[in-house]
Amino acid sequence: MEDVTSPVPSPELLQDLVGVSGRRKIKNLVMTALMVASVLVITVVLAFVLFTVISKGWGIVHTKFPHWFTDDIPPTARRVGPGMKAAIVGTIVTTMTATAIAVPLGIAGAVYLNEYGKLNPFARLLRFLTGVMAGVPSIVMGLFIYVFWVLPRQQEGLTGLAGAFALACLMLPIVVRATEEMLRLVPQNLRDASYALGGTRSRTTLTVVIPKASAGIISGCLLAVARAAGETAPLIFTVSVGAGAVRNTNWNVFSGPNTALSLQIYSNAKETVASAQDRGWGAALTLIALAFLFTIVARVLSARLSKKTQ
Amino acid sequence: MTETLTAQTPAVGHPGSPADAASSASVGPKADIVFDVRDLAVYYGAFTAVHEVNLRIRPNEITAFIGPSGCGKSTVLRCFNRMNDTIKSARVEGRINYRGVDLYGQNVSATQVRKHIGMVFQKPNPFPKSIYENVAYGPRLTGMRNRAELDAIVETSLRGAALWDEVKDRLKSSALGLSGGQQQRLCIGRALAVQPDVILMDEPCSALDPIATARIEDLMQELKATNTIIIVTHNMQQAARASDRTAFFTTEVNGESDRRTGVLVEFDRTDRIFANPADERTEAYVTGRFG
Repeated sequence: MEDVTSPVPSPELLQDLVGVSGRRKIKNLVMTALMVASVLVITVVLAFVLFTVISKGWGIVHTKFPHWFTDDIPPTARRVGPGMKAAIVGTIVTTMTATAIAVPLGIAGAVYLNEYGKLNPFARLLRFLTGVMAGVPSIVMGLFIYVFWVLPRQQEGLTGLAGAFALACLMLPIVVRATEEMLRLVPQNLRDASYALGGTRSRTTLTVVIPKASAGIISGCLLAVARAAGETAPLIFTVSVGAGAVRNTNWNVFSGPNTALSLQIYSNAKETVASAQDRGWGAALTLIALAFLFTIVARVLSARLSKKTQ
Repeated sequence: MTETLTAQTPAVGHPGSPADAASSASVGPKADIVFDVRDLAVYYGAFTAVHEVNLRIRPNEITAFIGPSGCGKSTVLRCFNRMNDTIKSARVEGRINYRGVDLYGQNVSATQVRKHIGMVFQKPNPFPKSIYENVAYGPRLTGMRNRAELDAIVETSLRGAALWDEVKDRLKSSALGLSGGQQQRLCIGRALAVQPDVILMDEPCSALDPIATARIEDLMQELKATNTIIIVTHNMQQAARASDRTAFFTTEVNGESDRRTGVLVEFDRTDRIFANPADERTEAYVTGRFG
């Protein structure tokens, strides 16, 4: 009845369909091994850093807990024991002030670049300058603020605010880049939908484009924050005379010199006495923990937002 | 091109449907022209996308634009609500009068135009918000804040889009959880919520399966009672089934360059376009010999 039969496979076809050559298999093996090895190298370095910082810093952070977080820094390097409150507070207030400056400016700039300026000459120039700014070494940002903000004000110029300015200069290009990238990913058809309903460009940007991109914008901004929190160089000339000279807590960013965890790591690491070095390690551990916290918050927030908008 | 407004022919696929009765009643001999297009040409930079377009769109009818790819039918459609304004290099010449007003007149605002002339796109594009927020978006743009009013308009619009029964229990859930056909009907509902006079549809069914397509076509017949509809379609059967009038566009090779320019060939009652077209290019297209 049937005019077709089930064929017996020809050896050539079988060979052709089955055959992954020996060379392919070896190549595959080698490349896989290389990739696994590079992952291992990265992980080992990270694990080693974490292990060292935790093992050397944990002692001072946790003896007489919670004094590490509640006491000011001991007045002399030689004195043994905890107290890093001044630096923890300093890092938090300067970083938060920097964020308050850089994030709105950066987002507004990115909105201009992607929604308004697009490819016009001015926008192209801004984009180029943002790239240049991202490449400026952080110490130069510190010097810039030192010359233009601190020096004209003499002693009164050394404040958390000055440090925040320098950090904000550092964060700005990161925020602009990350935000513009996220805005670019918003599909044009969503903007069209809003325009077709009679939405203006500003309204569309505020109610459709930014909410859609918010998950990415937030994680980009928080990475910039984590980056700024760890910076030492921009603070050296801006928050106090001499790195780590301030030992008392100063919540006020607008007046009085301040300090930061990064500055305490820098100054304590230079000391010859173990008591100070211990505090340096403790500050390093605290800073890593802080950055880790930021990253987790960023992840959770952006995951929650993207669940809402994807 | 025939100009007889009295001879109102029901759509081919829906003879004697209630919507037709309603529209024939409202369209008398003196029916106002909705769009009067004179010598329209659209350029993208130096390139002429489409030219020599002359059309009169009648109220409470479904007008279909058909033609091969690149013939400019979507480009012309996007002139009616000035969506081409969002493309920087696009330039429009000629005249489009909307109920007597020059759409590209000096003080005419594109945003205001779009509140009268809604649009549904090829790919369903709901906002990544809840079903409710999608529909309420347009009314909120015009400043409506009252919750009860918004609730009412959301319900009316979703009923108008034949989606209410499917979503009334999950208005707060994301619009992106709906199927493609439901999303497209949501987009129609969203357009209805600003109570537009005209609804432009740019290949609204090309991403949908046949069942979802049939629902959209039924919906168009219902909307005809209150709205004027212009639909761009690649699907000739759809034009034949659903539209009252059809405009056939095609492409012509430009003199100087190799690029093709769209041109309107013929605009007539749908039954004539498909049964007895005046132009042989139309006949070649609708019989499948070309395009």
